[in-house]
Amino acid sequence: MKNKKNLLAFPYLLWSAGFIIIPLCMIFFYGFTDKTNRFTFANVVSIVEGENLKALGISILLALIATLICVLLSYPLAYILSGSGMKQSGFMIFVFILPMWMNFLLRTLAWQTLLEKNGVINMILHFLHLPVLNIINTPYAIVLGMVYNFLPFMILPLYNALSKIDPSVIEAARDLGANSFQTFVNVIFPLSIPGLISGITMVSVPALTTFVISDMLGGGKILLIGNVIEQEFKQANNWHVGSGLSIVLMLFILLAMGLTAKYDKEGGSYF
Amino acid sequence: MAKDKQLIKLDHISKSFGNQLVLDDLDLYIRENEFITLLGPSGCGKTTTLRILGGFETPDKGTVYFDGQDITHLPPNKRPLNTVFQKYALFTHMTIAENIAFGLKIKNKPKTYIQDKIKYALKLVNLDGFENRMPDSLSGGQQQRIAIARAIVNEPKVLLLDEPLGALDLKLRQDMQYELIRLKNELGITFLYVTHDQEEALTMSDTIVVMNQGYIQQIGTPEKIYNEPENAFVADFIGDSNIISATMIEDYLVEILGARFVSTDAGFGKNKPVDVVIRPEDVELVKPEEGIIQGTVTHVIFKGVHYEMEVMANGHEWLVQSTSMFPVGTPVGIKVDPYNIQTMHKPESEDEEAIGVEE
Ligand SMILES: Nc1ncnc2c1ncn2[C@@H]1O[C@H](COP(=O)(O)OP(=O)(O)O)[C@@H](O)[C@H]1O
Ligand SMILES: [Mg+2]
Repeated sequence: MKNKKNLLAFPYLLWSAGFIIIPLCMIFFYGFTDKTNRFTFANVVSIVEGENLKALGISILLALIATLICVLLSYPLAYILSGSGMKQSGFMIFVFILPMWMNFLLRTLAWQTLLEKNGVINMILHFLHLPVLNIINTPYAIVLGMVYNFLPFMILPLYNALSKIDPSVIEAARDLGANSFQTFVNVIFPLSIPGLISGITMVSVPALTTFVISDMLGGGKILLIGNVIEQEFKQANNWHVGSGLSIVLMLFILLAMGLTAKYDKEGGSYF
Repeated sequence: MAKDKQLIKLDHISKSFGNQLVLDDLDLYIRENEFITLLGPSGCGKTTTLRILGGFETPDKGTVYFDGQDITHLPPNKRPLNTVFQKYALFTHMTIAENIAFGLKIKNKPKTYIQDKIKYALKLVNLDGFENRMPDSLSGGQQQRIAIARAIVNEPKVLLLDEPLGALDLKLRQDMQYELIRLKNELGITFLYVTHDQEEALTMSDTIVVMNQGYIQQIGTPEKIYNEPENAFVADFIGDSNIISATMIEDYLVEILGARFVSTDAGFGKNKPVDVVIRPEDVELVKPEEGIIQGTVTHVIFKGVHYEMEVMANGHEWLVQSTSMFPVGTPVGIKVDPYNIQTMHKPESEDEEAIGVEE
């Protein structure tokens, strides 16, 4: 019985060995060696070089902003849909995650076309005699792309967490004297934190590491850390520096996840 | 009399969900300090009644009075009563102490007062020292006690309990029944209790309200409900009973299955069709020639305190409980003392069956 289970797990072990562990080992190998295969910290330390540090800073900033916007957009929506008990709420969620069925590159390319100087949006604005929008190739466009692409990853876990809250727990809070606002602050919000944390992780990690969105909507003018790493691998053909920077980025992600997990545990009491 | 002061009054309450009428013109008052139980089969509208009192549902018609004031449209947080929910509904992200303190913190009570109250409440429900545990680490019975503690620290005038013992096993349920009676006496407040378990209702209540399909069937003390059910539904729902069609020949004389029994009931008129209820423990088995009806024992089960037997007599399967055993096949006579025959009007239509006939 137990052996059988182990046997079933074998393909997954093979998979994770082949596609997770080995690449990870390679990254660590390249990251801590130079071209003569000698051990060095130089690749990792190269993060403090002006261009790289700036890219990391902008990446973190844009990822934070995009995540925050996703939270602000998703929470009210998920809250309303989960609480309404509407039959259509499932359908509404479906509508919001529908874009996920489109290819990621196509979606981003579509935004490029929409936002262009003579793109669709500006044509409409011009027709309406409104001031035109000049955000293509700016950080605004990148944040827009991030929010658009990653919003479903915020909505889904939040909606899940909120709709799992037992209505009688909310009624109990009301029964004990809490008004709607107090009930939200003391009961509903704390119970939704696990969903919020998964949402934040699922949005901020791809936002922090993306290079496609910044390429297509930033016009190559704004370098994110993802772009720097991509260039090291593809243009400079320097796998060592690329791996070193990847390790730094991984560290940042692990750190952020550790912090949020800690906050989640301590977030038990809200008084 | 102060003891009989009406604390809560439900006045002509009706409530529908969609086109399903759940409560129809319900009238009920609750006296101060009584243990009153809504008893009825699942789906008869007990929870809905409780939720209307708690402020979680608004009636379509009618008024809810509390201490003479109309509270029909008051939100739950403004009502001087607290609810113990069927599934405990504890706040899983808070410790036991924080759960109990919830209502008091909302009302901005001083810290020391809250601490004292937590201690007092935990002692009252026999869970001292549980302050820092999390709800998930408690058993069902313990969680239910915490739910009760969380409600009573707010010193409600009325505690509403919706099948609070429904999820517990039999032994624990019986312990908790005595616990709840003790609590009620110690706190000196009104308990409105909901259950579908007739034994629970009989054990705990000062007053029982028997409900069926959104109508009140009978209100009375447990003794009254048990001994003098007003209609066949109540008789059938409360305990085992023999419910038999009969004819009231005249005052104090009733014909059951062709044999005439002396009864203590009068006022039904002459030769009127009625239903009679005879509790199984009130059926006396005697020698055939001493009985009013003769029959044969068809089943015997030993139930611990007594034997339960079925006797086929005059075409009716009589349910009998007795401490002496008559083996299967024994010819027996059946006797019933006049005061053990409870006579009821026959419902004339199905609707009337649900409403119960007013006298
Ligand atoms: N929110 C609701 N929406 C629709 N129907 C409901 C709702 N609440 C209760 N009902 C219906 O009302 C009837 C009475 O329910 P309830 O008061 O919960 O009965 P009980 O507590 O006696 O089992 C049931 O048929 C139930 O299906
Ligand atoms: Mg119920």
